[in-house]
Amino acid sequence: MTVMRRIPSSGGLDVAAVRRDFPILARPVHGKRLVYLDTAASAQKPRQVIDAERHVYEAEYANIHRGVYALSEAATAAYEGSRDKVRALLNAPESREIVFVRGATEAINLVAQSYGRAFLKAGDEVLITEIEHHANIVPWQMLRQDRGIVLKVAPVNDAGDLDLDAFARLIGPRTKLVAVAHVANALGTVLPVEEIVRIAKQRGCTVLIDGCQAVPHQAVDVQALGCDFYVFSGHKLYAPTGIGALWGRAALLEQMPPWQGGGDMIRSVTFDKTEYNELPWKFEAGTPHIAGAIGLGAAIDYVHGLGYGAIAAHDAELTGYAVEALSRLSSVRVIGTPRLRSGVISFVVEGAHPHDIGMILDRDAVCVRAGHHCAQPTMDRFGVPATVRASFGVYNDRDDVDALVAALRNVAKVLQL
Amino acid sequence: MSELRDLYQEMILDHGKRPRNFGSLPTANRHADGHNPLCGDKVTVAVLLQDGKVADVRFTGAGCAISMASASLMTEAIKGKSEAELREMFQKFHTALTAADEAQAASLLEGLDKLAVFSGVREFPVRVKCATLPWHTLIAALDRAAQPAKTE
Repeated sequence: MTVMRRIPSSGGLDVAAVRRDFPILARPVHGKRLVYLDTAASAQKPRQVIDAERHVYEAEYANIHRGVYALSEAATAAYEGSRDKVRALLNAPESREIVFVRGATEAINLVAQSYGRAFLKAGDEVLITEIEHHANIVPWQMLRQDRGIVLKVAPVNDAGDLDLDAFARLIGPRTKLVAVAHVANALGTVLPVEEIVRIAKQRGCTVLIDGCQAVPHQAVDVQALGCDFYVFSGHKLYAPTGIGALWGRAALLEQMPPWQGGGDMIRSVTFDKTEYNELPWKFEAGTPHIAGAIGLGAAIDYVHGLGYGAIAAHDAELTGYAVEALSRLSSVRVIGTPRLRSGVISFVVEGAHPHDIGMILDRDAVCVRAGHHCAQPTMDRFGVPATVRASFGVYNDRDDVDALVAALRNVAKVLQL
Repeated sequence: MSELRDLYQEMILDHGKRPRNFGSLPTANRHADGHNPLCGDKVTVAVLLQDGKVADVRFTGAGCAISMASASLMTEAIKGKSEAELREMFQKFHTALTAADEAQAASLLEGLDKLAVFSGVREFPVRVKCATLPWHTLIAALDRAAQPAKTE
């Protein structure tokens, strides 16, 4: 008699093999198997990335760009090599259009301040959506404070999809910049960025896309998209914290004043006159997170090794399975039913606050995020103070979703719902 | 799971689901809003202070079971108390939840009557601010200059 072993479906990824690449997943929590469902907040790191970062410090570390000795040349080559990997990840035309930053938040602040200084004046309009992360809201509000720009917000419908007609109507003669998420971090909505860019470009607007929740799950091609800026954070893409990238069209970046002043971003300095460096170093003042950038390069290699075809299929399959499983629980209400969803599910439980749910789930080693997810306007729009958010990475499978469902049943018991 | 049972005790769940003194207080002369942005707890406390004592108190808000139960039990505990008494209660409550010394915490909680039910919060430091939010809000309400009574 053959014993049937249930193999969790994983949409093209060998998740069991992937999980073996992530040392932290072998570590039990409260004596139980770790079920990490918070990749949208930050991804766990594979050995390949951890080793790459360690290798820098063990064998190839020195400050970059200025040293004349072999170690510095090696570090510089590795750092600039990573820059080119980011270029390839986004299919950007040139490496000099890739600026290393701490993360998407810093990237958007850079654009708000630098592009803002060069191109925006009082009365000019910036258009965002209702479902943005605070990082794509607050910098524009600060610009409103500093420069008197007008911030407009395109609404979503009750399903969490962008109302494209309303979006188009909000673009007026003074609208200069459109800034939107590629995938919304609280709802999981995949925004119609191709269409958004087309409409925005027709009206002569510059477009920035926040790709934090997109690059972990799908291939991105900024040339095909036709946008002007694209940002993402490394730590959500299985890379270290403290590193991310801004892609910007060379023509725009050339006209933008430097953001931070200091070493490396200069060509020559006297007390009378200072000449700024060329792209991209004009925007990279000070010693960067060298090992972090090299770690990001290793993460990009890792992701390409798995293949975006398999990654995207896995994301679609697992997210679909999770939405279905959660929707079947009578006490659970999934927030948002967008046409296209990626990587993330927010939900609420009747009679239970997300904070209580999150903590009780933790006792079963299920890690989810409870709160407003740096998206308070999204919470307000859907009339909830907070949600529980489960999100997926390449190391998650159906067993993880099943564990979440089982743990939710325990929530009802503990809270006597 | 026993720590969870210690935290989510019967009385806490009861007060969380059926909060006492929930609602608005039109005659209130002290009023404040409290908010824990990290976890989404919001509470508003309205007090009628007469002759230096709590003549009446209500709260409204939305939040986790701990914060709502704490607000409910707080309103029961402070009715009829003087300002000085309830400020002392808050100090004791806060110390009891955060003191490293188990014996000290236990003795403080014992003296706080029903509030002792929050002893389980000590195992979950991240929830201390949920339990103390209503009290912080109450103190904020008292610290302000007297508010004019709300008119309908």
